[in-house]
Amino acid sequence: MFFFGQNRMNETVSSTLVDAPHKRFKTPGIDVWAFGTLVVCLGVAMPIVWVLGLAFTPSGDIWQHLVDTVLANLVSTTLLLMVGVGFGTFVIGTGTAWIVTMCRFPGKRIFEWALLIPMAVPAYVIAYVYTDLLEYSGPIQGMIRDMFGFETKRDYYFPEIRSLGGAITMMTLVLYPYVYLLARASFLEQSVCVLEASRTLGKGPWESFLKVALPLARPAIAVGVSLVMMETLNDYGTVDFFAVSTFSKGIYDVWLNMNSPEGAAQLASMLLMFVMVLIGLERYGRRKQKFHNTATQTRALPGFKLSPRLGALAFIACALPVILGFLVPAWVLGGYALDFYQDTLDANYWTTTWNSLMLSSLAAAIAIILGVFLAYSLRLGQSPWIHAMTRFAALGYAVPGAVLAIGLVMYLGWVDNTIDGWARENFGLSTGLIFSGTIIAITFGYVVRFLSLSFGSAEAGLGKITANMDGAARTLGLGPMATLRRVHLPIMRGSIMTAALLVFVDCMKELPMTVMLRPFNFETLATFVHQYASDEMLPEAALAALSIVIAGIIPVILLSLTIAKSRAGHQTLKENTAQ
Amino acid sequence: MTSGLVMERIRHSYGANEVLKDVSIVAEAGKLTCLLGPSGCGKTTLLRLAAGLERVQEGQIHLNAKLVGDGTANLSLPPEKRDIGLMFQDYALFPHLSVFKNIAFGIKNLTTERRQWITEGLERMGLSEHRDSYPHMLSGGQQQRVALLRALAPEPQILLLDEPFSGLDVTRRAQVREDTLNFLKECGVAVLMVTHDPEEAMFMADHIVVMKDGKVVQAGTPVQTYFHPVDAYVAELFGPMNHFQGLVDKGGLMTPFGAFPIPSIPDGRPAKVLVRMEGINVTLGRNTDELPKDCCYALGRIEDAYLLGRSTHLHIRVPEKHEEPDGHKVLLHVRVSGVMKPEPGATVTVWADPKQAFAFAAE
Repeated sequence: MFFFGQNRMNETVSSTLVDAPHKRFKTPGIDVWAFGTLVVCLGVAMPIVWVLGLAFTPSGDIWQHLVDTVLANLVSTTLLLMVGVGFGTFVIGTGTAWIVTMCRFPGKRIFEWALLIPMAVPAYVIAYVYTDLLEYSGPIQGMIRDMFGFETKRDYYFPEIRSLGGAITMMTLVLYPYVYLLARASFLEQSVCVLEASRTLGKGPWESFLKVALPLARPAIAVGVSLVMMETLNDYGTVDFFAVSTFSKGIYDVWLNMNSPEGAAQLASMLLMFVMVLIGLERYGRRKQKFHNTATQTRALPGFKLSPRLGALAFIACALPVILGFLVPAWVLGGYALDFYQDTLDANYWTTTWNSLMLSSLAAAIAIILGVFLAYSLRLGQSPWIHAMTRFAALGYAVPGAVLAIGLVMYLGWVDNTIDGWARENFGLSTGLIFSGTIIAITFGYVVRFLSLSFGSAEAGLGKITANMDGAARTLGLGPMATLRRVHLPIMRGSIMTAALLVFVDCMKELPMTVMLRPFNFETLATFVHQYASDEMLPEAALAALSIVIAGIIPVILLSLTIAKSRAGHQTLKENTAQ
Repeated sequence: MTSGLVMERIRHSYGANEVLKDVSIVAEAGKLTCLLGPSGCGKTTLLRLAAGLERVQEGQIHLNAKLVGDGTANLSLPPEKRDIGLMFQDYALFPHLSVFKNIAFGIKNLTTERRQWITEGLERMGLSEHRDSYPHMLSGGQQQRVALLRALAPEPQILLLDEPFSGLDVTRRAQVREDTLNFLKECGVAVLMVTHDPEEAMFMADHIVVMKDGKVVQAGTPVQTYFHPVDAYVAELFGPMNHFQGLVDKGGLMTPFGAFPIPSIPDGRPAKVLVRMEGINVTLGRNTDELPKDCCYALGRIEDAYLLGRSTHLHIRVPEKHEEPDGHKVLLHVRVSGVMKPEPGATVTVWADPKQAFAFAAE
């Protein structure tokens, strides 16, 4: 879900191209494309359908019980967490984007990309690290006690990290780059036409920025914040570790501790309503963005040269998020990894890493194949209702992992039971569980959740290829499949590889579904770190946590390169000729 | 049935917007047919229907006597099965393939003979050095030639060209146009070309189909289209004209040049006479020596003269009616070839070339 913003930003472009009326050249006969699209969409939608179905199954007094006990707390905690993280990421993301776009100060060029790095750290990892640092037995409080001679907890005040506030801080530190990325892109896009107009109309640089650029960036910021909130709803590791009872945690508690899948499904359905609001907000932002982007060409802003004192302030403001969001966790984990790597290696590190790599590669490959298939199928021209279904199937990114997990477990359980019952009846033998608790289940989960990512990338990639390319290939004698293979795939190879990498990394970091769907005794890096950290054994898992962070840096580098390229006014070969 | 492309009674809509209203055209084998009309008249849609890039909604399409599209039977052969070549307005060259591979793309069986054809084509088009270049390394004119070769390489039964020269700048267009025409003539392939440029159509076409608002207005040779336009719209395609309107009297309409005979419209009916800018002859002074015999003329006064290079554009005031010396109410727009720079106010003698004047009924 990492770079979702990026990919979906292009979606507006692609959909306008794809919707062009002159592109219907399907082969007559049975339409494999329409049929395949239908099958894929149904498959992907199944977990959600199951959650909703389960929620409306009569289940005794569970709902009433939930309402009486935990519901109010879940709703208020979740809302507070969302608002807190939303506000925090808005301030840090927009603020730093504003500084690096508008001002010239030492280090600006570095901060432009360095501010993205905290994205590489999953929220649960940063939570473990700061808990380790800041809890009562941690080095910071120990140092304070030594310095002032305090004896017990009651002798001084220190904020409790394992709290709602702590969770808000942790998530803000690693999620603000979403807002930063989109706000900065928006500022850069407007730069030439409106800001200079404002300057010629007598407004100063700061006033122009506040009165023109910031309001114009509002849709982009709304998109960024809504993506952040979706991530917040998805989080399980942090809230579980901090014992903050949000919906994701509540779903698992009701499901596993109260042993009530129906109750969990009802909570999940309620959580889906939150998600709908966020999707609405995100769509709203994107729609507005279309109208707000008036500039056809972009040029670097003149840059406001800061005095040494202001420059130092700007430097600190940009450095702090990077230090707290990346350098500190990386430093701590690095230190632990050096001291305790042998423990991690002994604890099946290689098997665990292999499991993670294998699962993520498998899921990425499937997600890419399906994503390209769906996007190309829509490009060939499908009926409006298949269009709508595909859009619905591609909503997986917004659905929290906990919701998908319960939907999948229940759905696959039903499938297994059905097959088992049928086999008993006809052959008198039991097939047992075929899908539940297997690698298939967990891969299925990853694909459902990250399909939107690959689909979005494929759609954006296809959108950059003019419809006449299809026409040219078809009039030169190629069928739809051959056209895809010989024209589209080679042209979009780059963006497909990028998308595959993004899905891969997201799968490496994924925790809430992996925890629930993995086979018995099957560990990935994420579950391994979660397990050890929950047992207060972070040092012993530091190498594994560091591995996840290092994997997470790959997309950040890719993104930084994209930014650097766009800054140089670089145009790719493809865009040149496709015009 | 005629060989070549036959499109019969085609209707086509995008949603509620009907862009083709019962259109029938024929593009004969071995000839170059031009669809001429302003943007939005439906000509590109017609081309896309011929190519199979749009499904036929109503009407039939035959290609060399084979039915390839039928609205009633819901038959629409996909483009890859039609054996047509299409050159797009934006060329649509594949950015990931070299020039050679672009051209060879549609050839099913790349024999030595076909390789030889490509090599010769590249040589002929002056692209030999660019055999292994990529499209973005070429100029617009070079891309255009690669696109043309690519469309012809699979030896299609008909070549469709969508505004083939609109992407080129004006200075190069004439030369490219001529080279392309020569090349196409040598290939001997049937060509259907879409353009909004009447001069281009005149230059290239054996047969011109003029379209307006989704209908065919006139179909004929360039000479017929230019000298025998069926209505004012077709006549004015080739440039703005001088309009004279009035009621028919004694089988003719009175113009500054005298009565223009209109035998087809009864007396008392409204009619208009259109005279091309280049259909009015001008001599300086009161000079009747050069006039053809029995030709009516008018004496006019120069109002403005604009030197345009190869021609001169004159604004001349003439009396409304023939031999009404001091009226000077009507403003004529005249184009004369070469340089002519009379002083404003100078007297000139003007007369009209009857071949360049057309009469139509007026509403």
